[in-house]
Amino acid sequence: MAGAALLGRLTWLVAEVVDAVQETPRVRTLVLEADGWAGHRAGQHLDVRLTAEGGYQAERSYSIASAPGEPLGITIELLDDGEVSPYLVEEVRDGDRFELRGPIGGYFVWDGSGDAPVLLIAGGSGVAPLMSMIRHRAAIGSRTPTRLLYSSRSWDDVIYRAELEQPAGGLEVVHTLTRSQPSGWTGYARRIDAELLGEVAWPASEGPRVFICGSTRFVDAAADGLVAMGYPPLSIRTERFGATG
Amino acid sequence: MSIISRGFRGRGRDGPPDRVPPGQYVTDDFPVLSAGPTPRTPLDQWTFSITGGAEPVSWTWDELRALPSEEITKDIHCVTKWSKLDTSWEGVSVDTLLEAVEHEAAYVMAFCDGGYTTNLPLEDVSDGKAWVAYTYGGEPLDPEHGGPARLLVPHLYFWKSAKWVRSLDLRDEDEPGFWESNGYHIRGDPWLEQRYWGD
Repeated sequence: MAGAALLGRLTWLVAEVVDAVQETPRVRTLVLEADGWAGHRAGQHLDVRLTAEGGYQAERSYSIASAPGEPLGITIELLDDGEVSPYLVEEVRDGDRFELRGPIGGYFVWDGSGDAPVLLIAGGSGVAPLMSMIRHRAAIGSRTPTRLLYSSRSWDDVIYRAELEQPAGGLEVVHTLTRSQPSGWTGYARRIDAELLGEVAWPASEGPRVFICGSTRFVDAAADGLVAMGYPPLSIRTERFGATG
Repeated sequence: MSIISRGFRGRGRDGPPDRVPPGQYVTDDFPVLSAGPTPRTPLDQWTFSITGGAEPVSWTWDELRALPSEEITKDIHCVTKWSKLDTSWEGVSVDTLLEAVEHEAAYVMAFCDGGYTTNLPLEDVSDGKAWVAYTYGGEPLDPEHGGPARLLVPHLYFWKSAKWVRSLDLRDEDEPGFWESNGYHIRGDPWLEQRYWGD
């Protein structure tokens, strides 16, 4: 498969939390320092392993939100019945340590190559790996036409909101707020549907590359809509999250 | 020796230890892991084939459904860390399908709608270890979970249970499939925690 780098064994590394950014009331980004981290490609994820006194361990996967070459950042959404996310969102503080290994995944990645426009479609915290691509695009000065279509429940639930309000050249950001909207909101206010995709997505004839990340239902709705618009299925790369508590 | 994560207590093992492999947690959900859109092939255009033997063989949907089927209740383990216990399926044993083919192969590559592939040693799909499954929980298998039919190889990580499976190609040598070319382990035994390359 093109683009798959040859990897050695992914060993567990000790990561230290060096910063924690509250992105929204339910979402936090942890900035990590891990000796031996070999870097990543935009879109990849990593595994976290927590160990309790007594030896009990729990592992979860999280997308990397930082660009390659930046301090390593993962973004975690609090799940009420979760086991790991409450710890990472509410408990962890600077100086705490846990283990990680990665990077993982060689398909849902964007290296900044190619001239085709790039369509990024995010549902909720599914924006994290797409943000790595957006930050990478800015870091390398890419002029690739890029659109982010980002569905959130409300304006307060928009992750990376300030950063997305100052997009790098050639990046367009289109929000849709599905549950509540601030007064005076003139943007989209519904779930992604065929009409909305028809207005935001390039025609299939322009050959866009597509990355979609969100819940299964969200991803299926967006991907099915694009296939109906004539997008070749292989031009659409998806990442779906289910239980990641 | 792992470091202790300050303040982490966890919930403790949430399933019988002999049924939940290392690094896994039990969920009642049925999450989906797919690399692209969900393909939808009409049943009247659907076939299942085995290639790479003395002669290629193929079954239509109705022919496959007419083969002897089995009810299967197994635990499944996804490489993304969730395990789901006592999932119930109905399908045709891969042993039954392979009886129709003369071959001396040691490996198979599964091919699926949507372009997905996954590789398996023949012994991992023989002797009652693998099925082509078409119902889940007594209902026709949903497209998002691989319907109309998916491979079911529950003793390996669930990406080996290829969704939307359409053919098995019999081979002399092992070659990596889709996820196996993208960083995931060539065999994927959850009890050995064979998640990624080098595990």
